Amino acid sequence: MKTLNKIAIVALLGVAFAASAAVLKTDPAKSTVTATFKQMNVPIDAKFKKFTANIDYDAAKPDAAKATVEVETGSMDLGDADYNKEVAKKEWFNAAQFPKATFVSSSIKPAGAGKLNVTGKLTIKGKTTDVTFPLTVKTEGKTQVFDGAVPIKRLAYNIGEGEWKDTSMVADDVTIKFHVVAQ
Amino acid sequence: MPRYTKTAMLLHWLVALLIIATFFLGLSMVAIPGFSPTKLKYFSWHKWMGVTVLLLAVLRVLWRVTHKPPPKLVSIPEWQHKIAEGMHHLLYLLIFAVPISGYLYSYAAGVPVVYLGIWQMPAPFAPDPELKATLKTLHYVLTMTMAASVVAHALAALKHHFIDRDVTLKRMLPL
Repeated sequence: MKTLNKIAIVALLGVAFAASAAVLKTDPAKSTVTATFKQMNVPIDAKFKKFTANIDYDAAKPDAAKATVEVETGSMDLGDADYNKEVAKKEWFNAAQFPKATFVSSSIKPAGAGKLNVTGKLTIKGKTTDVTFPLTVKTEGKTQVFDGAVPIKRLAYNIGEGEWKDTSMVADDVTIKFHVVAQ
Repeated sequence: MPRYTKTAMLLHWLVALLIIATFFLGLSMVAIPGFSPTKLKYFSWHKWMGVTVLLLAVLRVLWRVTHKPPPKLVSIPEWQHKIAEGMHHLLYLLIFAVPISGYLYSYAAGVPVVYLGIWQMPAPFAPDPELKATLKTLHYVLTMTMAASVVAHALAALKHHFIDRDVTLKRMLPL
């Protein structure tokens, strides 16, 4: 009996350990990070072609969840090769000096069924700010699907310098949307 | 001398001025290298002007089918009437085709058209890089066909006015 109990305890601990370290594997082909902004009131969606998302999430223990996202700033796709080169330049992302934009969560709190409130630090072009945004989680088969939208002000990160500071041309409000499929 | 109606004249000259301005704005905006606020502003204005031409084109056709134009001048041989008529049909076709091709090109490129910065016009399809390249060529070819047609149309009007000394052009002038 004693031996059986020991085995049972070890097994339970094993399960608990596995659950607390539920680092998910993201599917880059199905995941997207998109910046949405307005240029003279024209809505533009630009995808970042290269990024990595690391999500450590267990539905049973959402408080222990952690997330980090790294986006390659030089990989923004505006649908035109010339424009893509322009936005990687100094005035916009300055991808040569700041190749990565990062988000690191500091707290993730459950906010109702399938909903989480995420707080963390967003760093773009060397400027870091605290951001809070709602995140939804859905289970689709074996995968978990995370959707979130982070509203930011582009000028807080010096994105668009010089004559591009004009917000009547390109609005200050930008929404970074992400859709992460992981398992 | 019977003339076109005042409304027909107004629509004719308004569309004429707009297509000339839109044409030259289009040429100058694509000549701006790289990326600048001026370039993006010109693109938006060019699209607004194109949509305006399209709206006026609809009005023109509606006006044309509900109002009789002045009768044909008997001094002009029938074969010339035929050519003029063919040219008018081509111009009517192009004042629709050129803005529509530009509109579709913009959507294929993933850039919605927001008329006057207020009204976001309906998206006919999702962005498509292949379609974008095709529509770019189509918009260019149609535009250049229109430029040539407009020049021919204007030269013909001037020929009637200064060489034949008939009232062809006067019928489209309010004076």
